Amino acid sequence: MLLTVAWRNIWRNKARSLVIMIAIALGLWAGAFLMAYAFGVAKQRIQDAIASEISHIQIHHPEFEKEMLPIYTIPNGDGISEELHADSLVAGVSPRVIAAGMVGSANNSLGGQFVGITPEEEDKVTGLSTKIIEGTYFEGVKRNPILLGEKLANKLKVKERSKVVLTFQDVNGEIVAGAFRVVGIYRTHNTTFDEMNLFVRAEDLNSLLGSKGHHQMAILLKDVNNLKQVKSGLISNHSDALIEDWKEVAPELGLIIDSFDQYMDIFIGIILLTLSFGIVNTMLMAVLERVKEIGMLMAVGMNKTRIFSMIFLETLFIVMFAAPLGLLLAMATIYYTGNVGLDLSAVSDAYASFGFKSRIYPELEFYYYMRIMVLVVIAAILSSIYPAITALRLNPVEAIRKL
Amino acid sequence: MAIIETHDLSKVYDEGPEPVHAVNDVDLKIEEGEFTAIVGPSGSGKTTLLNMIGGLDKPSSGSIKIDTTEVTDLKKSELIDFRLNNIGFVFQAYNLIPVLTAGENIEFVMLLQKRPKAERDKRIKELLQEVGLEGKINNRPSELSGGQQQRVAVARALASKPKFVLADEPSANLDSKSTENLLDMMMTLNKEESMTFIFSTHDQRVIDRARRVITLVDGKIASDVKQ
Repeated sequence: MLLTVAWRNIWRNKARSLVIMIAIALGLWAGAFLMAYAFGVAKQRIQDAIASEISHIQIHHPEFEKEMLPIYTIPNGDGISEELHADSLVAGVSPRVIAAGMVGSANNSLGGQFVGITPEEEDKVTGLSTKIIEGTYFEGVKRNPILLGEKLANKLKVKERSKVVLTFQDVNGEIVAGAFRVVGIYRTHNTTFDEMNLFVRAEDLNSLLGSKGHHQMAILLKDVNNLKQVKSGLISNHSDALIEDWKEVAPELGLIIDSFDQYMDIFIGIILLTLSFGIVNTMLMAVLERVKEIGMLMAVGMNKTRIFSMIFLETLFIVMFAAPLGLLLAMATIYYTGNVGLDLSAVSDAYASFGFKSRIYPELEFYYYMRIMVLVVIAAILSSIYPAITALRLNPVEAIRKL
Repeated sequence: MAIIETHDLSKVYDEGPEPVHAVNDVDLKIEEGEFTAIVGPSGSGKTTLLNMIGGLDKPSSGSIKIDTTEVTDLKKSELIDFRLNNIGFVFQAYNLIPVLTAGENIEFVMLLQKRPKAERDKRIKELLQEVGLEGKINNRPSELSGGQQQRVAVARALASKPKFVLADEPSANLDSKSTENLLDMMMTLNKEESMTFIFSTHDQRVIDRARRVITLVDGKIASDVKQ
């Protein structure tokens, strides 16, 4: 009966109840959609970063990342590479030679990171050949071919077949320079990456460095769920190498995912806090206009627990009616925009400078809808406390005097 | 046997510049099956006396014994249960729950008492028959006249099988015909079920039908007449 009374009570003033329900539904719809948008942006950025830049696992000499000196090649790099090529869980392995220095053209000189690769291996890991927008993927230039990012090429004012000079330190600390010819220009979704990374053949870079071996090995897995297994296998077999997963290589990306739950709780929490004031106001009005009735209920023997329960149930009904509505609306919007994408091409340059695509695909796992519902119930409980206490403070005698 | 017994019952309000003795040393015995009207001018203490007997208001001093229970010794939570199981209330403005039907309003009190469904259903039918509203079980208060609503209120007061019914100005909002019908119905219940009714009233029609009339003046019993 308490359920019946509470349910019917919320429809006493339909307009008032509907207004707060719509506010809750819209608030949760907007909140869930914005979270899905943020999650879509983050996931896309991480997927792009893994696919084009950092891969799932990277291996280095333990000292290499501190000083970036070319002498720090991966211990037993060839052995690791062979082992990984034989691993059915691995989609691709790209051993890389890394050097940092200056790149100069006839017009300009800039800093950059030179990445010596085996083109076929690199292509399996980053699909670099698919990002060529001008020229070819290491074809047509026999001696010292180089791939430049579009942004860097523009700054250097070079085109396909232009010559650039790379200057860097060799393994002895001596400055060396080598002339390279632009074989192609690539473009990823991350203009900062394009500006910083120049790809050459590993043997060309090694011959200038005077080194053998590789400084970095990028590993792409067939299934990210096998990350722990592959990583722990590598760590146990190669304790002299530094083996890191993508979260360790790019902690800022890992942080986005690891802290998403907290972001969401805070974000939805703020929305619910705002809505809670509306709920409290609505319920308070509902209580104050029923002072006589609540007084009568107390007089005839309805105890405080039941009075509290009645107010709580009314609050719960309002939010539990509105919240699923808002979340269903959000699900539909997220499903649609998740399929067709949100076109942000008007601001694509700004997005690309941070490594984001201009088309975003919002996404929110079902678990998060459940999490929002839990937060909604908590908000309902908290919102019902003040109106319920107001009701409990009523004195039945006062109410009866008004009768 | 006295169903209600008050001894030196007083209620003093200290809120104003001078204390107000709303009820002043009232000694009262009400026997089971009485049909009693408490009358008096406005401010004479009728409602305050009724509230104290009903366990809604705490006396400043004195005692109230209902059956064998000393009401003034009960805690607040015990008083709520005591009211639920021992006292029926009828209010001036009916005060039915507007979102419930007549049947549900009657059932509500029994639900608070956790009575089984079969018993509740049986009692609803019986009570609606007794108050002459058999066909109105599914009508909401807004679909009933004032007189009909007050009959449902009486049925609700009786639903819990109370020891007595307190009615505060029950006819104040009713026309003559409805008042007569209500009084007829209450008197029938009083005779046939020995239900004790205690009214506070200004209404001469109610006073004329009461078998005992207690007149309060300035919080004291000025007269107590059986008629």
